[in-house]
Amino acid sequence: MNTLLEVQGLSVRYGVITALQSISFSIPKGAIVTLIGSNGAGKTTTLRAISGLQKSAGGEIRLEGTSITGLKPHELVRRGIAHVPEGRMVFANLTVQENLWMGAYLQRDRQAIRTTLDFVYATFPRLQEREKQLAGTLSGGEQQMLAIGRALMSRPRFLMLDEPSLGIAPILVKTIFAKIVEINRQQGITVLLVEQNANLALEVSSYGYVLETGRIILANESGKLRQDPQVRAAYLGG
Amino acid sequence: MSEFLQQFLNGLALGAIYALIALGYTMVYGVLRFINFAHSDIFMVGAFAAYYFSNWFGRFLPPSSVLGATIITLASMAACALLGVVIEKLAYRPLRDRSKLNVLITAIGVSLFLEYAGQLWFGADPKTFRLLPSQNVHVGDLVLNSNQLIVFGMTLILLLALRFIVMHTRIGTAMRAVSFNHQAAALMGINIDSIISFTFALGSALAAAGGILYAMNYPAIDPLMGVLPGLKAFVAAVLGGIGNIPGAALGGVLLGLVESFVRGSRFSTYADAIAFAILILILLFRPAGILGKRVVEKV
Ligand SMILES: Nc1ncnc2c1ncn2[C@@H]1O[C@H](COP(=O)(O)OP(=O)(O)OP(=O)(O)O)[C@@H](O)[C@H]1O
Ligand SMILES: [Mg+2]
Repeated sequence: MNTLLEVQGLSVRYGVITALQSISFSIPKGAIVTLIGSNGAGKTTTLRAISGLQKSAGGEIRLEGTSITGLKPHELVRRGIAHVPEGRMVFANLTVQENLWMGAYLQRDRQAIRTTLDFVYATFPRLQEREKQLAGTLSGGEQQMLAIGRALMSRPRFLMLDEPSLGIAPILVKTIFAKIVEINRQQGITVLLVEQNANLALEVSSYGYVLETGRIILANESGKLRQDPQVRAAYLGG
Repeated sequence: MSEFLQQFLNGLALGAIYALIALGYTMVYGVLRFINFAHSDIFMVGAFAAYYFSNWFGRFLPPSSVLGATIITLASMAACALLGVVIEKLAYRPLRDRSKLNVLITAIGVSLFLEYAGQLWFGADPKTFRLLPSQNVHVGDLVLNSNQLIVFGMTLILLLALRFIVMHTRIGTAMRAVSFNHQAAALMGINIDSIISFTFALGSALAAAGGILYAMNYPAIDPLMGVLPGLKAFVAAVLGGIGNIPGAALGGVLLGLVESFVRGSRFSTYADAIAFAILILILLFRPAGILGKRVVEKV
């Protein structure tokens, strides 16, 4: 198995609170892997530690064998990591188009930026219609599309999504998940998906990890996790 | 009528200078959410930089010419841009993750340092400043000073240039992104530190230009010359809506106009008091400033 990202013994503390207790997992190249868990389990913290927004208290993170522990977020973007954060964080004071340009901040090849932009617009046509609109005036679902599109503009190898379904109508959630699968297939981008909606997450992913109070308690192929009685009871509503 | 126009033009010139300083306050607030109290002293250093540059290099440049003045002004702006960047790096950056109060107090310390180092190096005595000879231009009943015209022209050019940078360049867009949310900006690959440095450079260069324009219209410069205009420019920035760039320009011009009209009236002794009273009134009705939006402070 060809590993893209490997996390080993990662710990994160917020003051006296231990949010992650030496967790280890790995993500194969080209896969969609999901991380599920209930509120406060440490999912967001895990993504923030990988993208450099959160300092870790120990452990190591490797991207294709090279240690990336302790690098700053902007250095990690350069190495191909894109993170769609919890709550989307689109630049409300910038237009849709400017948000996408910021996603391509480190890209210098204008032609390549154009190609990526065309791909993003083809994936989310709604964004093109709203090109000149301030991002703050988009609906929640549109903001989620923008957040994903903006992350794609950096031409990542590895895309992390933190609860893309949050606050979005079920019908649109289906669409967005279909797009995520499409991005993964067409662009060969490896995806780490964090979700509360475990059902859907396990449906689109090939492998899953279950996080509980800062520890990984289960790891298996997504199909098997869906059959797991413990998972069914805790996350799939019985 | 011509009396009114005269006061209006004087006010506009004064306001233009306030606007140039206010922009620095508001831009730094935009990216760091703190008031750089040393900003008013950068304004002072700008005037002194021009004073010394013209003493040292004046003889290599065409004397009393627009070309010579332009070169000296640009050099002073560059020097202050550098000073602003160094101050941020040495004094503010190490405190970035601490409480805002720490940085605020440090800024006051830097301000005092610049003022008293200025008295030490430049001398406390006022120095006469003459970059260009001033001529009076008569337009009908109005008397316009050539230096006032320079204030209008230069402020306009600088404001347009700033607008272009902020609205239409990659780094300007990144500045706006950073002022919205540091973490989201970092996730775009933006190096937050460089954008903050750039913001300080930009604001300080504008303050230097303001200092030079101010000095051209007043008889002398001294190391404490920044205190009062700096305070007023800060108020102008708040008046326009702190963090809002067009607001700072508008607030500056408005403050200059109010001050000029009050000075021209029989209440001239109370000019500053009345100008500030009007501002307090405006802020009572629009607490977020004229162009400011009420936003919930992010944590
Ligand atoms: N900045 C912080 N300061 C202190 N504690 C924090 C901070 N951020 C998170 N925590 C704590 O760390 C734990 C993990 O939080 P995290 O946000 O990673 O959970 P999560 O799995 O993403 O939850 P959710 O599904 O609700 O988003 C929680 O107990 C939370 O209270
Ligand atoms: Mg979370």
